[in-house]
Formats: sequence, structure tokens, C-alpha cells
Amino acid sequence: MGDVVLTNISKTYNDGKTVAVDDVSFSVNKGELFGLIGPDGAGKTSIFRILTTLLIPDGGTASVSGSDVVKDYKTIRRNIGYMPGKFSLYQDLTVEENLNFFATLFDTSIAANYDLVKEIYVQLEPFKKRRAAKLSGGMKQKLALCCALIHKPEVLFLDEPTTGVDAVSRKEFWEMLYRLKEQGITILVSTPYMDEATLCERIALIQGGKIMSIDTPDNIIGQYPKKMFAVRAEKMSTLLKELREYDPIESCFAFGEYHHVTFKAENGNNAEALNTYLNQKGYEQVHVKQTSATIEDCFIRQMNE
Amino acid sequence: MKQFLIFVRKEFYHVFRDPKTLLMLFGMPVTLILLFGFALTNEIKNSKIAVCDYANDEATQRIVEKLRANNSFEIQEVLMSHLQIEEAFKRGKIKLAIVFPTDFNSDLQHVNEAQVQVIADASDPNTATTLTNYVRNIVMSYQNEITDGKTIPYQIKTETRMLYNPELKGATNFVPGVMALVLLLVCVLMTSVSIVREKETGTMEVLLVSPFNPFLVIISKAVPYFFLSLVNLTVILVLSVFLLDMPFNGNIFLLYGESSILIITALSLGLLISNSTQSQQAAMLISLLGMLFPTLMFTGFLFPLENMPLPLQVIANIVPSKWYYIIVKSIMIKGLGFSAIWKETLILVSMTVVLLFVSFKKFKIRLA
Repeated sequence: MGDVVLTNISKTYNDGKTVAVDDVSFSVNKGELFGLIGPDGAGKTSIFRILTTLLIPDGGTASVSGSDVVKDYKTIRRNIGYMPGKFSLYQDLTVEENLNFFATLFDTSIAANYDLVKEIYVQLEPFKKRRAAKLSGGMKQKLALCCALIHKPEVLFLDEPTTGVDAVSRKEFWEMLYRLKEQGITILVSTPYMDEATLCERIALIQGGKIMSIDTPDNIIGQYPKKMFAVRAEKMSTLLKELREYDPIESCFAFGEYHHVTFKAENGNNAEALNTYLNQKGYEQVHVKQTSATIEDCFIRQMNE
Repeated sequence: MKQFLIFVRKEFYHVFRDPKTLLMLFGMPVTLILLFGFALTNEIKNSKIAVCDYANDEATQRIVEKLRANNSFEIQEVLMSHLQIEEAFKRGKIKLAIVFPTDFNSDLQHVNEAQVQVIADASDPNTATTLTNYVRNIVMSYQNEITDGKTIPYQIKTETRMLYNPELKGATNFVPGVMALVLLLVCVLMTSVSIVREKETGTMEVLLVSPFNPFLVIISKAVPYFFLSLVNLTVILVLSVFLLDMPFNGNIFLLYGESSILIITALSLGLLISNSTQSQQAAMLISLLGMLFPTLMFTGFLFPLENMPLPLQVIANIVPSKWYYIIVKSIMIKGLGFSAIWKETLILVSMTVVLLFVSFKKFKIRLA
């Protein structure tokens, strides 16, 4: 039995014209770090709002820690921590005042649950008299996490917590999530960043309100049906066009400093053939190597299917 | 209770840390009082007039002297011919002209009847009527002087007494109006904007996903504005009593009690507006337009309600400031007690109860 269970949940806006969540079912186990991966507008926030009792689903049922999100909303609101996508702290209150406010609101105090937020809060402590508006993006997220954690929730909902945060702060943020997981807190996190998917224990790929697949990141990557090649040469922008026109190639996407390429037919000398072809076309420093697929590759492939 | 207190404290932080809110809260009442007190007054002072005196005799000189002595008038021009009068009006310098025919005094003495012509610029009818009445009074007073001691049969003397406001000061009329306007505007605007701000910044989501009762969110938002409005009320009263010589004859506690009812009416209106808007701008616009115009139009301090067509008079009945205006005038100026205003109070209280009921009913414990 999962800690968070969704059964055939759907949600539409504008009198049914816009479908945000389309017949979604999944469950998150107790103490699991579960990721909802998808681009903007995929329906991640709607799912979060249904689970945090802020929206009533049009169809289906959902429960958090055994409580129904519609009927037992009061119980859920006592037991969960929620960090919305937008920075939702009081900008004109200081770090300390914000934390104190949310602690009191949940009928606890900073001192009572200090050990839970200690590791995060020590980083904020030097700025505790500073107003939240004047914090950096990473600091704001840390403070928001502190505020969502201060009452020791059973389940933590984090809606795009790392959006707009620099790479270093993102890494730190994920390290904090691991430590919270160790304390037995179930964590449901959403992110548009595919590279963060591998940091979750299990992920759901979501697109257009529908779940495309749910599994561990390794399994999802392992199920990728084709061999993946990475291609690099001097003129990367024209190279992408060139590759797409090359007949044996099935798909080609820009991916960092390489282009990720799959071939229609899987025979042994694809890489060599491509190398020769590009050299003939006049590209210099051509480099073709086999690589493993990433979550992003899986996502694009499933999206196009 | 601890939750409630910290919420109220948070609201006070919001107010005192935002210079714009502070300016709105305390700048507006002071500005309105000073504006209505000194600039936008409907009292008539120093109106420029012209005199065309063909007679220039003892009687006319005496009347002109009286005109000059009256501070409602300022004799701008002495014209030689009545043909110049229209020219003077067109130049826009004068509001009124007085023409004495030749032989004014001798007609008065011998025919017992003399005529004086008063020409007023009636493009502003109220001012024209008031000014001609002033002139008539002055001429009458001269007539009383010369007939003094003589017996004229069948004479009716009207003696007018201006009760409660013998000097016809404008302040007595507009201060209660401004009080209603400021309390309504400030409370409605502040509550609606502060609730919608929480929606806009996303903090409402966090507040809702907490064990804190959503209705307490609303009440703790209203508490600071309630007290700040009472401070505001005090500022207005002090300014109008000491600066504008506004009379204060009634019971001050009764006034504060009645004002508290209006403040609660306004707070529930603000709550209602915040329920149906999603952005601070929309909330501000609706509060301003929805409060300013009805209050200015239907309170009775700018336009007398008795003169309005019946449908408008009916509409005025649902404007809370109309009743508050009557209450404040009764307390401050007439010095009446609760027994005289219980009906108006009852109307105001029932409005508040209905508004509170509707806005609590409409308040959403979820998003959308």
C-alpha cells in the first residue's frame, strides 16, 4: 500500500476544454523519493494541487497517508509539507520571521523541530535578519524548504523546487532531499530538468496530462530500444541539419556538446559509416561514439510514440 | 490563539514595511480633509461683483458700503454704463452685477418704491441663487434701517435662524462625508488588496495547506485594518475639530461605536471583492470604482439626496455611507443620543451581517 495513491485522477479547466490531468494513476511508497518529470504545462502542478487538497479532481480518487484528498482534507493539511512552484514566502519578512510564522502556524516552534531543519538552517542563519526579498534564488529555496519542513510532515510535496536556481544550489538542494528521505519522509518532487530525474528513486514521465511511464530511472533508460550514439564535429549547428538529412539515421537531437543519434537499422558499422559520410561532407574533427541513453532521450522517444 | 496572534503581527509588519500602504493609509485622510476643508469648499467667499450706480446718492452709497463690508463680496469694478455689464461677465471676472437707476433715493423717498437690478451669472445656478439672496438680504437690511421707527402697515418680517450651523460652514456638511469616504475606501481597499496579494504571490496556497482555519486567515487580516481605521478616524476628528472648527456636540464613544460598525461593513465588502478577483490591480480598481463613486454620489454630502429622482434615492438606500453620514451628523452636530439613530444603526448592522454572511459563504477553502 502506497503512501500517496492516485487512481484514475483527471482534471480539466475552462469547463472541460483544457485537459490538465488525464486519467492518471500511480502510487508512491512510504519513505520514497518520487519524481514527476515533465515539461511546463504537462500537468505536474495540477497533480500537486490535487494531492495537497487545493483542487478537487473532476474524476478519480486520491489519498495521502490513507486520507482522502477531498473528504479528509483537514487531516492531510495537518500532516503534509508543501512548497509551491512560485516562491511563496513573505518577501517583506525576514528569514527568521518567515520561519517563525510558519512554525507557529503549524502549532510548533523552531526549537521543537530544529534538528530536522538544522543542516539547512545553519546556512541561512548568517542572514536571519535579512528580508526574504533580498535573498538569492538558492537561499530562497532553502528557506522555503525549511518552512515546509518545520512541522515535521509525513509527506513532502515539492513543486519544481529547483527551477530558477543555479547548478551548485541545485546540487545542494538534492543532497538535502536525500538526508530528509533518510529520516523516513516521503518526498514527491516535480521538475522540468531531465538531468535531475536520475536523482530520484522512481520517476513518472508526464506529458500532456498523461503518464508515459513509471519506473526507476535505470529501468527506464534500460528499456530504451535502440543503441545511442553521440556525434560531435566542428560546426555543430549545420551538423544537426546534415545528420537529419542522412538517410540511415532515425532520430537526432542536440544534447549538450554532442548530438544524440539513433539509426534505423542496428548493424555493426553504423558509426564508422557515419564518420566516413561526414568526412566526405567536409566536416573536421568528427567524433562518433556509442553512449547510453539519458532520461531526456527516453522522454523524447516516448513523447513521439 | 498563538497562531492568530502571530498572523496579526505579520499583517502589521506588512503595513508598516510598505511605504506605499502607509501613505495610502494615513496620507489619504489628511489630504481629503485638507482638500475639502480649504480647496473644494462650497462656501461663497469674496465673490467678485460689479456695481453700476447711475444714482450715486445717499441711499445707493449706503447700500454699496454694506456690500463692501460683507465678506461674501468683493467689488471688482465700478461701471459707468449698464452696457459694460455683459462685457464684464464675458471676461469672466465677476459673478454678479448690481444696477441702481437714476433717482433711486428720490423715488424711494417720494414714490415709496425704488428698483434695483441684480444680474447674476447663472451658469453656476447654486452660486447665483446664493449670491442674489445675499444681495437681497443686504438691501432688506438697508430698508429696515430707513423704515426703523416709521410705521408701515402690514409688514411681514421673516426672521431666519440657521440651526446647528449658524455660520453656514461647509465643514459641518463634508466632514461626516469624508469620514465615511475614508473609512470605506481604506478598509475595502486594504483588505481586498492584502488578501489578493497572498493569492498573487502564492502564499495563499501555503496558508491553505496548513492546519490554520481559513476563516481565521480572514479575521486576522481584518484585525489590523480595523485598528488602523480607528487611528485614522481619530486623525480626521482631530483635524476637523481643531483645524476646521467642526462642532462636536455628541458622545465620542457612541461615534466610535457607530464607526466600528461601518468599518466592519467595509472590511466584509473588501473580503467579498477579494474572493472574486485574482490580481491586486483588479482588486484595487474594483474597490476604488465600487466605493468612490457610490460614496460620493449617494452619501448626500455632495449632492442632496432629496433632490434626486426616486430610483436614485432607492439606490442610495443600499449605500452604507448614506446611513453612516446621517448617524455622524446626528451625533457630532446635533449632539443626539442613540435613541435618535437606532434605526440607521439597525440598517447598518443588518447590512454588515448580510455582507459578512455572503463573503464567508463565498470564501474558498481551496484554489479556484
